[in-house]
Amino acid sequence: MMRIAVVMKRILLEMIRDKRTLALIFIMPIVILSLVYILFNGETVSLKLGVIDIDEQLEEILEEMDVFVIEYKSDIDYKETVINDDLDGLLIFSTNDVELILQNNDPLRSDPLEMKIKQAFAARNQNELMEKIGSIPAGHEIEIDVQYIYGSSETEFFDVLSTILIGFFVFFFVFLLSGIGFLKERTSGTMEKLMSTPIRRYEILLAYLGGFGVFAIIQTVIVVLYAVYVLDFVLVGPFWLVIVINLLLALVALSLGTFLSSFANSEFQMVQFIPVVIVPQVFFSGIIPFETMAEWVQYIGKLMPLYYGGRALQEVMYKGNGLPEIANDLLIISLFAVIFILLNLLSLRRYRKV
Amino acid sequence: MEQVIAINDVYKSFDKKPVLQGIQLGINKGDIYGLIGPSGAGKSTLIKVMVGMETPDAGEVRVFDEKIPNLKVLHDIGYMAQSDALYGELTGKENLQFFASLYRLKKEERNARIEYVARLVNITADLNKRVSAYSGGMKRRLSLAIALLHDPKLLILDEPTVGIDPELRLEIWQELFRLRDEGKTIIVTTHVMVEAERCDRIALIREGKIIAAGTPEQLTNQYGAENLDQVFLKAGRGE
Repeated sequence: MMRIAVVMKRILLEMIRDKRTLALIFIMPIVILSLVYILFNGETVSLKLGVIDIDEQLEEILEEMDVFVIEYKSDIDYKETVINDDLDGLLIFSTNDVELILQNNDPLRSDPLEMKIKQAFAARNQNELMEKIGSIPAGHEIEIDVQYIYGSSETEFFDVLSTILIGFFVFFFVFLLSGIGFLKERTSGTMEKLMSTPIRRYEILLAYLGGFGVFAIIQTVIVVLYAVYVLDFVLVGPFWLVIVINLLLALVALSLGTFLSSFANSEFQMVQFIPVVIVPQVFFSGIIPFETMAEWVQYIGKLMPLYYGGRALQEVMYKGNGLPEIANDLLIISLFAVIFILLNLLSLRRYRKV
Repeated sequence: MEQVIAINDVYKSFDKKPVLQGIQLGINKGDIYGLIGPSGAGKSTLIKVMVGMETPDAGEVRVFDEKIPNLKVLHDIGYMAQSDALYGELTGKENLQFFASLYRLKKEERNARIEYVARLVNITADLNKRVSAYSGGMKRRLSLAIALLHDPKLLILDEPTVGIDPELRLEIWQELFRLRDEGKTIIVTTHVMVEAERCDRIALIREGKIIAAGTPEQLTNQYGAENLDQVFLKAGRGE
């Protein structure tokens, strides 16, 4: 037990000496989160629609819908105008039909524009109908009362993304740092030297778990506090549960990182594991809806620790669920950790059989 | 004479390339035993087999009459590898403290030992510098200090004096003589024949085999040679 503390203390001391790495662990997540926050919370620029021979009523309705309407004369070159004036679309009325030209350089803008135009037409037709019948009193509008099970009308994709990011940071940094730390121990010969002392293999491993666990906890606390109190993230469930999830993720990342480091001969080769091990996990962590994936792809996803981590984090942070709802996920994450730890112990046998 | 190390018919190969081929070796308590041979002869592998970091493919290794690998025996072994196994981010003193704690030295004993071994290898003035700023010779000396730290009964040193200036090398050898006279057993590898002559007993190793063993005088007489260099040449030719 004492030797574990000794090695753990040494790991912490080495980390504290390395200011760049410290900045990477504690400042980078905050910078990235802030960046993502800014990117996803930008003012929505209103859609720009050119119109030719539009009737006034329709124009009014469109403007009410936040569409920026510009009138053009009918003798212009349609395509050129759309491109040169950077219009999202051009709506042309001729005697008996309507033509819509969409720039469509960004489907996220052209789809809503098309939708809004259709809605505008429907609204105008309804108004005309009402004027003719006159049966429905003016000003009477049906309001739909929307209720949200999770989140609120303010919820954005960013809220879902951010919960996943919190788990991702811990996983990524612990994987990389512990892997490289372990690798350095091997290439510098200190692992061999350690093995010539009466330390046990599991003591070395536990010390690494402890040392990097401390950093994972500090990182999680900083990131979550910043996200919740500065960036106003949703955190409905208990804070301690977020830490538990991240700590377990850190455990997997660490045992995986140290295990894979035994297959790397240099720091560069360790970095090469990132596209192999980390990037695929991101896709399955909840950023892309899991249910829409093909069934066989879903099976791949279920082999990834971050899939369970991302799911558990969403359950707690966004949906406000507690331990019972995520117990299964936590169990599976722990199982990953146990497997990788055992693999580590086996891989350390090459230094000493006892 | 009490035998500290008994190596019985040890074979070891890496990737089918034989490195140790039937090593038979007994080392007595209170000897400075030199393993002499060119690089690649298998000296380091033989040493690692003694510490338990390499498992022989065949044969048996016993240290202090315990079968190797054995954790308990490691308490009594001071091992210095060929490469300096040091933590560059830490100071010399922190490195010493770290390893002293791994051997569970009590605080007062720890500080006394650190002071003693640091003075011995002449790095006291640089103890508070980070090891990454050390020169090659300083790192070597610190490694030696770490191996001596827990006052082990058996010292296993892989090329301990490489990169150390002649004056300090002499001091280190005087310390090794002193430790031997205290009853410690010391194993050193070297390919410098002058150092080999300072050993009580030597074994000449070549291509994974011990080609000759005995005291330096015995060997020079046996081969009718003037010095160990000639012994090595003659023994290698099989004369």
